[in-house]
Amino acid sequence: MDLLLNLGLGFETALTPINILYCFIGVLLGTLIGVLPGIGPTATIAMLLPITLSLSPVTALIMLAGIYYGAQYGGSTTAILVNMPGESSSAVTAIDGYQMARRGQAGHALAAAALGSFFAGTGATLVIAVLAPPLTDVALKFGPAEYFSLMFLGLITSVALAHGSIVKALAMVVLGLLLGLVGTDIYTGTPRFTLGFIELSDGINFVAVAVGIFGIAEILRNLENEHEREVGTQPIGRLMPGKAELKQIAGPVLRGTALGSLLGVLPGGGHILASFASYTVEKRISKTPERFGKGAIEGVAGPESANNAGAQTSFIPMLTLGIPSNPVMALMIGAMIIQGIAPGPNVAADEPALFWGIIVSMWVGNLLLVILNLPLIGLWVRLLKVPYFVLFPAILAFSAIGIYSINSNAFDLFAVSVFGILGYVLVKCECEPAPLLLGFVLGPMLEEHLRRAMIISRGDPTVFVTRPLSLALLILAVGVLVVVLLPAIARKREKVFIEED
Amino acid sequence: MTANRKDLTAGLLFIAIAALFALGALGQDLGTPRKLGPGAFPLLLSGILALLGAAVALKAFRTPAGGPVTIPWRGILLILVGPIIFGLTIRGLGLLATVALIVAVSTYASRRMSLWLSLAITIGLTAFCMLVFHLGLGLPIRLIGPWLSGAGLAAFGSGG
Repeated sequence: MDLLLNLGLGFETALTPINILYCFIGVLLGTLIGVLPGIGPTATIAMLLPITLSLSPVTALIMLAGIYYGAQYGGSTTAILVNMPGESSSAVTAIDGYQMARRGQAGHALAAAALGSFFAGTGATLVIAVLAPPLTDVALKFGPAEYFSLMFLGLITSVALAHGSIVKALAMVVLGLLLGLVGTDIYTGTPRFTLGFIELSDGINFVAVAVGIFGIAEILRNLENEHEREVGTQPIGRLMPGKAELKQIAGPVLRGTALGSLLGVLPGGGHILASFASYTVEKRISKTPERFGKGAIEGVAGPESANNAGAQTSFIPMLTLGIPSNPVMALMIGAMIIQGIAPGPNVAADEPALFWGIIVSMWVGNLLLVILNLPLIGLWVRLLKVPYFVLFPAILAFSAIGIYSINSNAFDLFAVSVFGILGYVLVKCECEPAPLLLGFVLGPMLEEHLRRAMIISRGDPTVFVTRPLSLALLILAVGVLVVVLLPAIARKREKVFIEED
Repeated sequence: MTANRKDLTAGLLFIAIAALFALGALGQDLGTPRKLGPGAFPLLLSGILALLGAAVALKAFRTPAGGPVTIPWRGILLILVGPIIFGLTIRGLGLLATVALIVAVSTYASRRMSLWLSLAITIGLTAFCMLVFHLGLGLPIRLIGPWLSGAGLAAFGSGG
């Protein structure tokens, strides 16, 4: 069977000592930043991306992936113990998890989150392994028109799933697309929007944009109100769940895994949606919905599984189509390009060891997370006490060194400051930065496919609606846009995102 | 007439950026539908961005003005000069002094900073960075730059 052969190759790659080591470093760093509020996976991966350039591509991507799902995991620890979700996707976990902690059942909540996540990670790894090859086959039949429509759909979905105003999110996408076009035009070789800077002829440095908008802007926002973090010191309680608890969480974990795997594929942050959806489902089908919000273990197990499954299946569009579904995936694509690998459906065929190695390493990483986290929880809690005034100079120094090490180019550092202030102003104006970064990565690809499609169709723009697959994708995109703009849905959507904040 | 400052700022910012890109795009060849030039797609996008910006700005007059906004001016200044200082001094001062410099400057972005605290953080973090980046990862950045080493000073003196 192909699947077994492929997974075998994956295990062979993922289980080399060097890859296990970097997978471990990745999940360790991920958990660390997941626990520390004020620094998220996007900023961290952007910061560490230059450092991974000295590694082989597969090792680098395994480590970066580890940071990503490690952070999802670490975020739940703080959500449960101190009611402070380290990542937005674990906001739901805090609702019931913290109540459990207050009743002295923190151990159960943590174990439910850990076991649920591990199960979900295993399930999602299998989903990726099964779904990726057929999707890759479909993707290989894509022409430029289909690619254009697919990216259009991706961008629209990211808008639909962004916080706040739809119009602002749309504007952020377009702004990102425009910024992505800065540099030399691929067809004619003429420099565009470079303002005379030779440094801009290769485009704006992607890492500088990501660090500026996600890292620096976040520091500035946190400096608005510095306050001491309060760390509760309730005893964690018994860790391992008994038979009764296992029975209680089995259903939510299964449903969460399924829901998360499905929603994670959506571009634009599906895993955040997944944890909310799972919580809603569990509350609705529960025989005792009144327990939710007061420490129901189902309300921890379900969303945590959904969140983790979603974080993993969000790799599917990135690995099979070369299209990022969230800012972290955009960074992974950036890492691939810098490493000299063209992202897209050819990756599976050209670099099978890389492709399957990454997939299997996610399972390995999840196992490491369980082993790493349950005994080390005490250490993570103590880390919460690191004051912010130690943290932000560190973030700044690491970012600066990292960015300089890519090209030894001072210009990239000036770009960080420019995008830092731009990002801060935009965030202050309630414009979410995630769609901008997606637009930035997709901008050049979108234009290339548009122009190629127009050349092939001899200047006939109807090509996008006469090819059935392209038409279907466009209809889906318009459908998504119409749905989120419907007044009833718009109100509900606002409510969901307010709860999340 | 009151307007929501956040929406207004965002809208005007989008329009201004759209105008800049449109200006740049008009300087490029637009091409034909069959062979789109380098200016075509950016011009289209600038148009869309301007329209969206206008929609955001107009909406500002229909939304209640938000409350006062706190802006950490000192933090913004001290954080943003960090990468700029780094870019300007890394070749001359080398990794050690540059990192120490930007860490020291940035610590004062916090309003609760004191001299001793800043000193402690600077020494600790700089040591940590040297350990990780110089010894651990072996980054090919000079530890001590020509501005600080004796040879550099001599070369500076004789060579001009």
